[in-house]
Amino acid sequence: MNVTFWGTRGSLPCSGPDTQIYGGNTPCVGVSVGEELLILDAGSGIRRLGISLKGKYSTFHLLLSHLHMDHIQGMGFFLPLYDPKAEVHIYGPAGHSAPLIDRLSRYLSPPLFPIRIRELPCRLFVHEVPARPFNIGSFRIVAQRVIHPGVTIGYRIQHGHSVLAYLPDHEPMLGANGRPKDPAWLSGHDLAYQAGLLIHDAQFTDEEYPRFVGWGHSCLGQTLEFARLAEVRQLALFHHDPGRDDLQMEALFQQALAKQALPFGASIPKEGEILVI
Amino acid sequence: MAAYPLELILSRQLAENLAIPAFITDPAGNLLYYNEQAEALLGKRFEFTGPMSVEEWSVIFKPKTKEGKDLPPSDLPLVQTLNTHRPSHSTFWIESLGGQRHLISVTSLPLLGPEGTFYGAMAIFWTNEPAL
Repeated sequence: MNVTFWGTRGSLPCSGPDTQIYGGNTPCVGVSVGEELLILDAGSGIRRLGISLKGKYSTFHLLLSHLHMDHIQGMGFFLPLYDPKAEVHIYGPAGHSAPLIDRLSRYLSPPLFPIRIRELPCRLFVHEVPARPFNIGSFRIVAQRVIHPGVTIGYRIQHGHSVLAYLPDHEPMLGANGRPKDPAWLSGHDLAYQAGLLIHDAQFTDEEYPRFVGWGHSCLGQTLEFARLAEVRQLALFHHDPGRDDLQMEALFQQALAKQALPFGASIPKEGEILVI
Repeated sequence: MAAYPLELILSRQLAENLAIPAFITDPAGNLLYYNEQAEALLGKRFEFTGPMSVEEWSVIFKPKTKEGKDLPPSDLPLVQTLNTHRPSHSTFWIESLGGQRHLISVTSLPLLGPEGTFYGAMAIFWTNEPAL
């Protein structure tokens, strides 16, 4: 399973000279095995992904974790949506009130966007993810709701023995008060358990976190602890604060590594980097 | 062990942060958690009792009506919520595991998720004694 990072930034795109290494695009990850491809989230990184796919695929599967702007803002710039020959399947969380397509239409319609979702030339199918595991091609997918404001889901994607867990926006330690770390009471644990690669929110520093409790994101120390509890093999830190430049990100990561020995591999994937599970 | 549904996890986190006693059960009525405030009232730490079935917890605290008659489990608010998936409220006597009697009021509510899925119930309760 090849996992390509097209956007790793949280909240807001922040391209600039000080974000050249890790990139400034918001969340988008490509997951491919042979001829099969899944796309996770439609942040601004999906624009370049769409360009790279030209002529390679006719069917596209886009899985959304939730509908916060940084996870859908690139959707209108995803080229396959404008290809009449393309078949595009969008998956996302069911809401409490309106269907997924209606909620997506709030963005893909004037005045926020010039083109309405029903005007897109591709053959578009919008699916609310089921509570039970489901298959897309030879991928086995589990979608479960996790702690983040609004309805937000994390994904566990399995292909053969390879497992990817994708929890880009997640605050599992919210209100946990340092109680015994019982996996049964840990949001997202089943999704991440023994994953070959966990992509997880690491927006805040440990020092910043107390000011942002309840915002739905984790700090670096919490993310490392979550990965340890879930017994993952590899951790990819994700959804970085847009105010963090490349040097700061590297310094924070090195500081965290110096504090503890990790029983798993950990890295900050750069935009465009490919990790193999 | 599989993790509990998000509704139960968030309810527990809420209960841990409340200054009022709280119970959380799964849909079958198994008592999954009670907070420190409930421990003080019930007379035993959750770590010592562990999870209890509805048959166990509905009688272990010897509930009685305000008039002192035995209160059948089916009349307890939390049991009613488990049966009807609707909120319930009542005031009655219990006896803590330490032997103290308390007149408590209980409000229970169903934990209903998307599409009305019933994930369990939460009960908050408080004593009617000024000292507590």
